[in-house]
Amino acid sequence: MSIWEYANPVKFIRVTDRILPWIAGGAALCLAVGLVWGFFFTPDDYRQGATVKIFYLHVPAAMMAINAWVMMLVASLIWIVRRHHVSALAARAAAPVGAMFTLIALITGAFWGQPMWGTWWEWDPRLTSFLILFLFYLGYMALWQAIENDDTAADLTSILCLVGSVFALLSRYAVLFWNQGLHQGASLSLDAEENVADVYWYPALVCIAGFVLLFVALVFLRTQTEIRARRTRALLAREGRG
Amino acid sequence: MDVIAQDLAVARGGVPVLEGLSFVLGPGQALVLRGPNGSGKTTLLRTVAGLQPPLAGSLSGTEDRIAYAAHADGLKSMLSVAENLRFWAQVFGASDIKPALAAFDLDPLQDRLAGSLSAGQKRRLGLARLMVTARPVWVLDEPTVSLDAASVALFAGVVRRHLASGGCALIATHIDLGLTEARILDVTPYRAAPRAALQDEAFL
Amino acid sequence: MTALLWRDLRLALRAGGGFGLGLAFFLIVTVLVPFGVGPETALLTRIGPGVLWIGALLACLLSLDRIFALDWEDGSLDLLATAPLPMEGIVSIKALAHWLTTGLPLVLAAPVLGVLLNLPPAGYLWVVVSLALGTPALSVIGTFGAALTVGLKRGGLLLSLLVLPLYVPTLIFGAEVARRGAEGLALQSPLLMLAGISFGVIALLPFASAAVLRINLR
Repeated sequence: MSIWEYANPVKFIRVTDRILPWIAGGAALCLAVGLVWGFFFTPDDYRQGATVKIFYLHVPAAMMAINAWVMMLVASLIWIVRRHHVSALAARAAAPVGAMFTLIALITGAFWGQPMWGTWWEWDPRLTSFLILFLFYLGYMALWQAIENDDTAADLTSILCLVGSVFALLSRYAVLFWNQGLHQGASLSLDAEENVADVYWYPALVCIAGFVLLFVALVFLRTQTEIRARRTRALLAREGRG
Repeated sequence: MDVIAQDLAVARGGVPVLEGLSFVLGPGQALVLRGPNGSGKTTLLRTVAGLQPPLAGSLSGTEDRIAYAAHADGLKSMLSVAENLRFWAQVFGASDIKPALAAFDLDPLQDRLAGSLSAGQKRRLGLARLMVTARPVWVLDEPTVSLDAASVALFAGVVRRHLASGGCALIATHIDLGLTEARILDVTPYRAAPRAALQDEAFL
Repeated sequence: MTALLWRDLRLALRAGGGFGLGLAFFLIVTVLVPFGVGPETALLTRIGPGVLWIGALLACLLSLDRIFALDWEDGSLDLLATAPLPMEGIVSIKALAHWLTTGLPLVLAAPVLGVLLNLPPAGYLWVVVSLALGTPALSVIGTFGAALTVGLKRGGLLLSLLVLPLYVPTLIFGAEVARRGAEGLALQSPLLMLAGISFGVIALLPFASAAVLRINLR
């Protein structure tokens, strides 16, 4: 069986209907466990005190903000190459979720930065890159909204997503060049030596899993809504009332 | 070379409007499209002109041979009549605009700005553009709108000469051009049944 | 192709073509900045190169929606699409015409406005060089944005929202060249990056713009 079978809208709805409760439940469980564990059962950092605990929201949100864009890029490519409608709708559905994650990362970052750096906002390369990423999300969503014909909108937003990805990467390097910044290096990597201590690491992993599941659940839900809206319109049109 | 449309289906905004349409248009022939408003004549002409892909069916003999004239004339109001025409002549690689000016009786107007012309004069200028394209297949969408009787006769004469020199024409029009040799194709029987737009069909 | 370029230039120069609007806008922005930040010459000297870059960028943005909108309204875009010109060529020529009527005047006017901002003598050359290298990229990227929004009602605001994030890398490197030039610092790397971005977008982006325009004409 090929994976492309799931690109059939009806099949997509049937399958996601079955697994959505599990994913949503998993997201709720992971987030509850991870956040409670992180907030109440880890020691305060010796330098940063309790402030460090915003890390459990900040880091997963920031990771998902980027991953959501990557997912949109992949979905856009699939639409351009294979023209599966579900793919275009999934990209559309992921955009507001990604934008919210970006916003969460920016806001929690401000709350973290204020006591640490003494400022709510710093034109640091990472912060600036996220702000630019947020602008890309806004432009992408605005283009979807502005165009009436859905296929045209899917084509145009896919190309915008491709071009935007190149420029987002360019911006990232431009911003790095422009200001070296205050932000600490990556907190987590697969390379265990550089990682934060294990006590922080395990709850953080649970939180990240929670955010991934939350993202998947939201994208599935929003894609289903889009599919059902289109299906309703198609059915009305078939009965000559469209 | 003939223009051949086979089992053509065309869509406007993703909604199929005409289907199962076939015709052959050989050198020296003219085909007049008839049908009520909204029946898809403009969409068919845009498809033949290559501005949009057909939904189904095949189209041959159109590649780089079409001169298209739409509702809008594509005139720049800040350029003179001669400048407008010369621009299109250069784009299509022709050089002489005199025959086109003469054929549509535009000689006395050639230094006027296109913006100061009357609607009928603009239309004549828009149609004169066809002659400088040096292309054999004319695809014309309601070419006689805002033309008076004398101008319509002028235009019919130009089309007849174009046909005589081995060109052909596909014309959507409501009025009788007096082209007795033209065949008439009523598109009404080919109208697509109302149904979901193509982009929604995948969701049924 | 050259016929299209000459037509666009002639249209821009005739009355109602909007030539000079961008230039006037550039002048006004530059004059307004001292009102906003205060008349200290030391401060103006320091921010001058950046102000000139922002001014040029906004002036460029102002005229983007005219690139295709007028041809779309009067139907000539449909006719051009059926003409024996490749769509990639059409969008490139349109971008070139936009640069010649908007970008180039801005480059030439920048040193004059630099006087108003008390630019240090070393800065003039590099402001002009950075704008001369960077404004073509602004025109080409803007043409892509204009192609995306052609035919949309109220496309102007959307156009800004789409194009401004794409302008970020060009602005950063361009303003950096101008700033470092004015302060007498080494500027080879931002200069090379700016040139790289410009040549990269000139070479590649017309393909995206042409694809987008074809979709919009459909």
